[in-house]
Amino acid sequence: MEEILDTYKTTKLEDVKIWFKAASIHDFPADGGACVKYKNKQIAVFNFARIGKWYACQNVCPHKMEMVLSRGMIGDDKGIPKVACPLHKKTFSLEDGENLNGDMDAIATYPVKIEEENVYIGFSD
Amino acid sequence: MKQIVVVGNGMVGYKFCEKFVEKPEFKDFKITVFGEEPRPAYDRVHLSEFFENQDAKALEMAPAEWYAKNNIELITGERVADINRTSKTITTAQDREFTYDYLVLATGSAPFVPPIKGVEKEGVFVYRTIEDLEGMLAYAAKLKAKNPNAKAAVLGGGLLGLEAGKAVMDMGLEPHIVEFASKLMPRQLDLRSSQVLQLKLESIGLNIHLSKITNQILGNGSIVGMEFGEDDTLDVDMLIVSAGIRPRDELGKNSGLEVGVRGGIVVNNKMQTSDENIYAIGEIALYNQMIYGLVAPGYDMAAVAVNQIIGQAKSVMPDDIDMSTKLKLIGVDVASFGEPFMPASKGHSIIFENKTQHLYKRINVSHDGKKLLGGILVGDASDYNMLHQIYLNGMAIPEDPAQLILPASDGASAFGDVKDLPDEAQVCSCESVTKGQICAAIENGEATDVAAVVSCTKAGTGCGGCKPMVADLTNATLKSLGIEVKEGVCEHFDLNRQDLYKIIQVKGYTHFNEVLDNHGNGGHGCELCKPLIASLMATINADTANKEYAIQDSNDRFLANIQRNGTYSVVPRVPGGEITPDKLIALGEIAKKYDLYTKVTGGVRIDLFGATLNQLPLIWKELISHGFESGHAYGKSLRTVKTCVGSTWCRYGMDESVSFGIELENRYRGIRAPHKIKGGVSGCIRECAEARGKDFGLIAVEGGWNLYLGGNGGANPRHAELFAEQIDNETVIKYLDRYLMFYMRTAKPLQRTAAWQERLEGGLEYLKEVIIDDKLGIADDLEKEMQTLVNKFECEWTQAINNPEMMKRFNHFVNSEEEDDNLVFVPMRDQKMPEPWK
Repeated sequence: MEEILDTYKTTKLEDVKIWFKAASIHDFPADGGACVKYKNKQIAVFNFARIGKWYACQNVCPHKMEMVLSRGMIGDDKGIPKVACPLHKKTFSLEDGENLNGDMDAIATYPVKIEEENVYIGFSD
Repeated sequence: MKQIVVVGNGMVGYKFCEKFVEKPEFKDFKITVFGEEPRPAYDRVHLSEFFENQDAKALEMAPAEWYAKNNIELITGERVADINRTSKTITTAQDREFTYDYLVLATGSAPFVPPIKGVEKEGVFVYRTIEDLEGMLAYAAKLKAKNPNAKAAVLGGGLLGLEAGKAVMDMGLEPHIVEFASKLMPRQLDLRSSQVLQLKLESIGLNIHLSKITNQILGNGSIVGMEFGEDDTLDVDMLIVSAGIRPRDELGKNSGLEVGVRGGIVVNNKMQTSDENIYAIGEIALYNQMIYGLVAPGYDMAAVAVNQIIGQAKSVMPDDIDMSTKLKLIGVDVASFGEPFMPASKGHSIIFENKTQHLYKRINVSHDGKKLLGGILVGDASDYNMLHQIYLNGMAIPEDPAQLILPASDGASAFGDVKDLPDEAQVCSCESVTKGQICAAIENGEATDVAAVVSCTKAGTGCGGCKPMVADLTNATLKSLGIEVKEGVCEHFDLNRQDLYKIIQVKGYTHFNEVLDNHGNGGHGCELCKPLIASLMATINADTANKEYAIQDSNDRFLANIQRNGTYSVVPRVPGGEITPDKLIALGEIAKKYDLYTKVTGGVRIDLFGATLNQLPLIWKELISHGFESGHAYGKSLRTVKTCVGSTWCRYGMDESVSFGIELENRYRGIRAPHKIKGGVSGCIRECAEARGKDFGLIAVEGGWNLYLGGNGGANPRHAELFAEQIDNETVIKYLDRYLMFYMRTAKPLQRTAAWQERLEGGLEYLKEVIIDDKLGIADDLEKEMQTLVNKFECEWTQAINNPEMMKRFNHFVNSEEEDDNLVFVPMRDQKMPEPWK
């Protein structure tokens, strides 16, 4: 179980070594998410169209270790963009991964950039 | 830097750390905490919840990282073995030595196991730690595999014993309580209240044996029974001993600290032991010749010890410690406060008892009738917080004190307003939060709602018993400040569901963002308001869940029920439970092809589990080609109309329940409501369809149908109420159209008809006036709206598989055809199941 979590480490913009071209922006629903496969990782990518931003985080919810966060609803908690896990509605900040309605460990987040209508996710490895 | 060593990482030991880190003086201290158990401190008060979810993490007081973050060294799994008071050091069982300036003993207590012959047998447990519980669960599973009717007894009918009784029920064993005294909870209840509690507990399946002295535990190796006297035995396969606690004072005793005759380390009102550098708090502290086994005094002791160590000499324990307690035992309210049993020499008692409803209320008042001295409540403790406050603060009581416990004839409360409490009134006794602190948090702008009051004052975070009062107080204070109390659905809307319904209907909104931009608070929505507005727009515009799928709730988004490993289950509609052999075969073939776990549901249809996101449309294509349609098992919408076989086959049947059930199911399928809706139709009063347990139920009688409304199963089972008698099919449909539509317009989010009907002002009579007599003049509108929904029905799965744009969402990966490689299934009874959560 712990090994799954070890796969995911927050990557800061300045540490990005690889920009992985994931898919077209049209493959993601407005104000919703989808899951991207990168090597052995599953990354949830969200198109927060209301605020014109994109976010990426681990797809695994640290609560029960299921690969489901990309299927969660997004929104905000007092201004902080968040995703709610579809299984038990644990919520996590999309900015820094913090668990907003409990004291679970933060989830890993990744930088996203859009170039020529394509979504790129930043990884350090 | 002064060194503090805390021995024991239970609730009180943790509280000491929590109180300490809040002090500015903390920077001059270094705390090291030793815990003997493998995990950090957890909430033992709510231990029985572990049986419901087996989630040890949820019980944690704070995660291990909390200690690290606050610079506290937490050493778990290592017992402190010895104290050397001269050198001011402690030695652990692993022979490591640590020095201290102050030593705090918080080792708590251990269950007391009476020296009964055979108590060492396999299958005998104590009830204290998560490890104990895990041991019990494993043993119970083994027992049940051999004998599904296995029995377990709890030795001890006290507070903890009854909690353990609930644990036994949750484990699925036949529960027995064996108590030595002639009453239950002998420390809190008098004989009459114990009898009322006993009746109530027996009514929910607990077997209670009082005045039983256990002579020996029977069995060869493992327990098979208990013997109380000659020819008096009880066959049980497991025993949980809950016969009281003994302070774990070995450490103190061995190092020469003063201890009591019956155990416990003697402390003064500063929580100091006979060695001024050593403090003792919680269940090992013997204060005023008493051990206090409640968490609230333990927390107070922790606070006093912290204050003493940082030099606030004035902070001491009071002489009188309030032992009032309120709890919910197996769903039954039990509370006792102040002086529960009072000799006649000190005052008079007023007792209200109603055994038919399992209610008992007793209050003790002074001879002059002016002061409340204590009391006992069983069955309904909703007045506990107010009574407790009146007692604690010596507040005036009505001229006729009986009004405090008798139902008021004019509906007015005898208590007055929460605002009348004095500022020093302690509202939360676990965290010692006063009314003044709660009001101040609101008045100085720190908190503007209940959640914020809880997080900034900590009120309600202990046992949680004061939460209703904290909420009342918060709302009353907000109102007095002229701040409108929000009844909105979430932080994004101040409007409630009913208002949103009207707005969407009048303005004709069809997108979430329109509603949010025009009527929201400027945020971006959340998992509360999005599915709600999705549901409202579906009801009002007769849309399916395929519209704007990103705002749909977890299940509606993929038109399937998400299960514990993130796969889905598929339930096609089988109206009324009637199915042809060909369709049954088709279901079987499809389940086989996709290797799905198959089960008949509680709503008499067939559920296929374990479908991945990618498989869902493939499965549905095949189902639809065999004539199936969505069963909406995933939606807040009509599930099933359950039917008995009815007059077509049954020799007792009065009417065709299957035909009518199918007609109703097909009429209301697909409509989105505040919550799920279930129906039932029985062909005679034998009621084989269990129609009275449904939101709407019909029973055929001589001359027509009897219509019942507002029933449900669930956590609070409720029988539907008789609404109309001997009516024909047409009238049934007319009433049901109006009823369901009225419910869909006015209920709160996620409120079933039962809860809605119960809270409807005017009750059933009012409902009859609206629906039968059309008092509000809306019956026509209601019928028309329902007819539009019925006419516009469309199977959303058929819609989805025929639209490539809608199909895009059914892929686990957006950039790969692969499946989720994290899925693991294990075999079970010739089928498969997800690997259990760890």
